[in-house]
Amino acid sequence: MASRIDVSIEHRGPPAEASSAQRDPNTCPSCGSHYREDELERALRVCPQCGHHFPLRARQRVAQLVDHGTFVEQEESLRSADPLGFFDVRPYTERIAEAEVSTGLGDAIVIGAAKIERRDCQLAVMDFAFMGGSMGSVVGEKLARACERAAERRLPLVCVTASGGARMQEGILSLMQMPKTVCAVDLLRESRCAFFCVMTHPTTAGVLASFASLGDVIVAEPGALLSFTGPRVVQQTTREKLPDDFGLSESNLRLGHLDAILTRGELRPFLGRLLALFEHGA
Amino acid sequence: MARRRRQPPGASAAEQLRLRDRLARLTDLPLLRGAGVSGEMARLRRQLERIAAEPTEDDVWRAVELARHQARPYTLDYAERILDDFVELHGDRSLGDDHAIVAGLGRFRGATVALVGHQKGRDIHERTRRNFGMAMPEGYRKAMRVMEIADRHGFPVLSLVDTPGAYPGVSAEQHGQGGWIARSQLAMARLCVPTVACVIGEGGSGGAVAIALADRVLMQENAIYSVISPEGCAAILWRDAGEAKKAAAAFKPDARHCLELGVIDAIVPEPAGGAHANHDEAARLLAAALEAALAEVAGLEADERRRARRAKFRAMGELTA
Repeated sequence: MASRIDVSIEHRGPPAEASSAQRDPNTCPSCGSHYREDELERALRVCPQCGHHFPLRARQRVAQLVDHGTFVEQEESLRSADPLGFFDVRPYTERIAEAEVSTGLGDAIVIGAAKIERRDCQLAVMDFAFMGGSMGSVVGEKLARACERAAERRLPLVCVTASGGARMQEGILSLMQMPKTVCAVDLLRESRCAFFCVMTHPTTAGVLASFASLGDVIVAEPGALLSFTGPRVVQQTTREKLPDDFGLSESNLRLGHLDAILTRGELRPFLGRLLALFEHGA
Repeated sequence: MARRRRQPPGASAAEQLRLRDRLARLTDLPLLRGAGVSGEMARLRRQLERIAAEPTEDDVWRAVELARHQARPYTLDYAERILDDFVELHGDRSLGDDHAIVAGLGRFRGATVALVGHQKGRDIHERTRRNFGMAMPEGYRKAMRVMEIADRHGFPVLSLVDTPGAYPGVSAEQHGQGGWIARSQLAMARLCVPTVACVIGEGGSGGAVAIALADRVLMQENAIYSVISPEGCAAILWRDAGEAKKAAAAFKPDARHCLELGVIDAIVPEPAGGAHANHDEAARLLAAALEAALAEVAGLEADERRRARRAKFRAMGELTA
């Protein structure tokens, strides 16, 4: 359905303020406070005033989560083919090239081996800045390889998601990344490796409906949109009145879909504790 | 890996003309020094054949319309024609009974099988009751429950896919739509019994793939299988839902393309004019295809079959290194 990929981001502030805030990435869209780059960086890109979590790029996330210098990136060279010769108003190849230049990434996910709080793990981190974090062949493949590497080395997999869903431009092959990643998680489970998933804003549609929801432990950042269908589409299709916290982490926790909501600063110690617990269980 | 020439939708007719023109000129060329023209000619001819064989924008759109045809046979139409003694089971044992998915047990070619499938309605009353074939988490849980019964008793699982997508409503979200679609796929990945899925109408996105992770995936000739509806894709990429036809041609949801991309294993023929023209014949053709597909995977050991199923989906996607 249409809707699956469409992710609308809710602006809670008054519209005028929100639109001016959008222009500067260092202005908090929630409370309007403005920060210097180094201030924001030091605060893990969380607004010290109101606790709003600014979007985080994959490499920034890796730097925040893992022990300094332990991350070894894998499969950086994988690139998407253009299986459909997809052409909307612009060719798909052009869109990819542009995303590559603007993000410095090969696709919307970074995988690698790392240590978190001195414990080995396999890491997979998505980046929403690369075509909305959409899952095409490369994201599916890298996630599958991350699972295989974890299974091989008998390590837990830590995955941080941020995605609008499947990538339209690869058509049905994008949809097939859902069963593909699910099968990869099945392998992980068969090898008795733990899988921890950290959902960040937004985690929706095809990614939510495949590997992301299969974590042994699932936690989320506050205020993240985690829904299969985005609020705008639900509203348009069903004309239902949406609850204020529709699809947000807080409602997901209340309804039993999450284990915990953790602020950015709490993530690393929490993952460290989990890694330790599972280490001694095996 | 194979990288095909990009063709903007609608360009293939013009492209074809251009190639024909070049080919004609090459054929007429007086052979000067027996130059390497023949290779070029063969290349052009191959390209021409490929473009001519490519379904056009209209072909693709015709499949979209036929897949949504109101008289097209639905899961229960097939169940009563290809199964003996079909017993429908109800409820997810937790919250409710979703009528957008039917599940049950019956005899297929003399052996007990489990059948799960999306069900649309024909009149307005039934359509509403079936929610247009858009399932809630309750529906997927019901399907999982019946598949688990099948697994325990060694019954093969047949799954018929026909949905515009999973239901995009508030309650569906609150009940964990995304999570249950994921778990339904995982449950299918883990089944020890043979499984065959067939897209019999609309294979709409996550709602479809939730019950389509099978050993063999088939598609009827005029079915569509897609990541998003043509209207939705048009609304997002062209910013105009009216461009659905163009969008459909661009993302190629028809059976021939799905086969070419390795997403499905075989195309199930339909009676002339489409499955809606003759339900009995459509059912006969479907039953024959399901039987053949089941026979292909029935001989394997359970573990081997699971591994092969995993490997099959593992291989999907196109990459350049």
